[in-house]
Amino acid sequence: MELKDKLISSFMAFEEKLDLNSDVHNIRSKSFNYFEKNGFPTKKDEAWKYTSLEKLLKNDYRIFPKKVISIELRDVKKYFLYDLDTYKIVFIDGIYSPFLSDTTHDGLDVCLLSAALSKPKYKKVIKKYFNKIALKNDSLTSLNTSFTKEGAYIFIPKTVVSEKPIQIIHFSTGKQGKMLLQPRNLIVVEENAQVQIIERHQSLKSFQILTNSVTEIFSNKASHVDYYKIQNDYEDSSIIDNTYISQDKDSNVKVHTFSLGGKLIRNNLNFFQNGENIESTMKGITIIGDRQHVDHYTLVHHSKPNCNSFQEYKGIFSDRSVGVFNGKILVDKIAQKTNAFQQNNNILIDDNATINTKPQLEIFADDVKCSHGCTIGQLDNSALFYLRSRGIPKKEAKALLTYAFANNVLESVQIPELKNRINSLIAKKIGVNLGHDL
Amino acid sequence: MLIIKNLHATVDGKEILKGINLELKPGEVHAIMGPNGSGKSTLASVISGNEDYIITKGEILFDDNDLSELDAEERAHLGVFLSFQYPVEIPGVTVTNFIKTAINSSRKATGKEDLPAAEMLKKIREKAKLLDINSKFLSRSLNEGFSGGEKKRNEIFQMAMLEPKLSILDETDSGLDIDALKIVANGVNKLRDKENGFLVITHYQRLLEYIIPDYVHVLFEGKIVKSGSKELANKLEEKGYDWIKKEIV
Repeated sequence: MELKDKLISSFMAFEEKLDLNSDVHNIRSKSFNYFEKNGFPTKKDEAWKYTSLEKLLKNDYRIFPKKVISIELRDVKKYFLYDLDTYKIVFIDGIYSPFLSDTTHDGLDVCLLSAALSKPKYKKVIKKYFNKIALKNDSLTSLNTSFTKEGAYIFIPKTVVSEKPIQIIHFSTGKQGKMLLQPRNLIVVEENAQVQIIERHQSLKSFQILTNSVTEIFSNKASHVDYYKIQNDYEDSSIIDNTYISQDKDSNVKVHTFSLGGKLIRNNLNFFQNGENIESTMKGITIIGDRQHVDHYTLVHHSKPNCNSFQEYKGIFSDRSVGVFNGKILVDKIAQKTNAFQQNNNILIDDNATINTKPQLEIFADDVKCSHGCTIGQLDNSALFYLRSRGIPKKEAKALLTYAFANNVLESVQIPELKNRINSLIAKKIGVNLGHDL
Repeated sequence: MLIIKNLHATVDGKEILKGINLELKPGEVHAIMGPNGSGKSTLASVISGNEDYIITKGEILFDDNDLSELDAEERAHLGVFLSFQYPVEIPGVTVTNFIKTAINSSRKATGKEDLPAAEMLKKIREKAKLLDINSKFLSRSLNEGFSGGEKKRNEIFQMAMLEPKLSILDETDSGLDIDALKIVANGVNKLRDKENGFLVITHYQRLLEYIIPDYVHVLFEGKIVKSGSKELANKLEEKGYDWIKKEIV
């Protein structure tokens, strides 16, 4: 059976277990209608020109997890930032794991979307925020919306600063066959509140898994959100990450995406600015090889004056890996004094590696500063000679230069433990072994 | 120690060196002078193994090793060092970590264990002091945002740490004010002994007032056209390179 057909019958089965009269269910049905009508995106869609889902969609995925699988903390400890006190929301094959989690309702809510969707006390928040910025005319987002059931729910009330970072981790075990996971996260940060969030999707062995995740983040007036995505999964794991961020005036949101492993990764990162003096930052490091594929598709919509956006994506591609960067900046006529900066720098280590990079600027205001640039290159020969002339062998010299190229994206990482972790992941990935702290 | 015989070299298909002959013995300091474009920096690059340059004729022997057969890192392991005219910036790698990596790479290549951390630290402190470098400098990213003087001082610091047999200083004086020049020259002089040699490449005589050479060679259009003692450098300073050009004609 085609995956789409399977999803149609699965949706019908899913509906039977739900309260069909709820507002949320109306949203689900509408979304499913959209998906049913439009299906999965293909390479004919401009936005998917360089990334094909065709092969992935041929797999016979399990849509709902069959059973609850438990895992021991010691087996997965390395995937956590364990040297840091954090809240944790952990899922195993899509099902919440209370044993591995550390949630709270004390001054802020760090819990489950399933709870927020069903309990009356969250009704107001759900009504105000749920599915409000996720795109209605996007097939994959609609698919996720129609199957919305579980994910992280984070609510940071006015002026609250979350003392601890929050880790959202999705483990997949591979014990129930091929799987399609569709987590749904809702994050609301109220006026003057602050939060740091780390999201990770991790398989525990190599098997065909496809994650189609949707995250909505509402950053209200003068709030700060610092979001980190760690994508360092097994070679058969694929993820389509759809993240939608709505910012009100004076807010500051930063998203760092570390794409270091997986089969196919597509990051749809969307920023909508709805007030003045907003800062939006997107940074990414992609380091892949083999036949891995990473696609960053960003959108920043400047719709009010005096706002900034800053994008810096670096990629290192070896073997036959493929990178895609499409950065769209939209500046409305009213959005004067916008500062939009975009940079995408890439190194191709091997002749067979590919990068497709495309800045897309649509500017309707006349008093703005928008700059964009992309570079594609090999390692600088004179730099390589410099290192080798100091006795550092060619292979190590190349690794050191590659490391140096990627490294400066980490400067803006605000959590030192995370910065160290990513730093060593990168060093390991590139093959730099300096045997001492960097 | 270093014997260069009838060396011809090209870059991008263009012949730059057209028959260089030079012998440098342990303990000697040779200065290579010459106008811009005469091939001075090319000579430095060719000796230290820059792959952009191709040797088309002749040979370079270093302690009986044919250098043209060796990669840049292998030449470094034998004790050849080049102080760059334009050192490369490497963000994210500190001066200290870079020099540790360089030293231990050479040790590994010659079958030695890594230098113990305490010894490394002691050596770094000692050589840093010699070049008036502070610990804050050592923890900065290599050459990133360094002034011209800082870059050159860092080059000589690396030289002091690596203790090469043959040091080639390529325009080390360019971009230095007189105080920085004195520090750098003082550093070089302290490293001079009867075992190691220096090839000092410079456009101006100024540096040679502080690093006194045993021999001065004038390079012109890819050939050494005149050799002599330090007096030759003085004469060049006084009369300029036109005097040499006329003499050749």
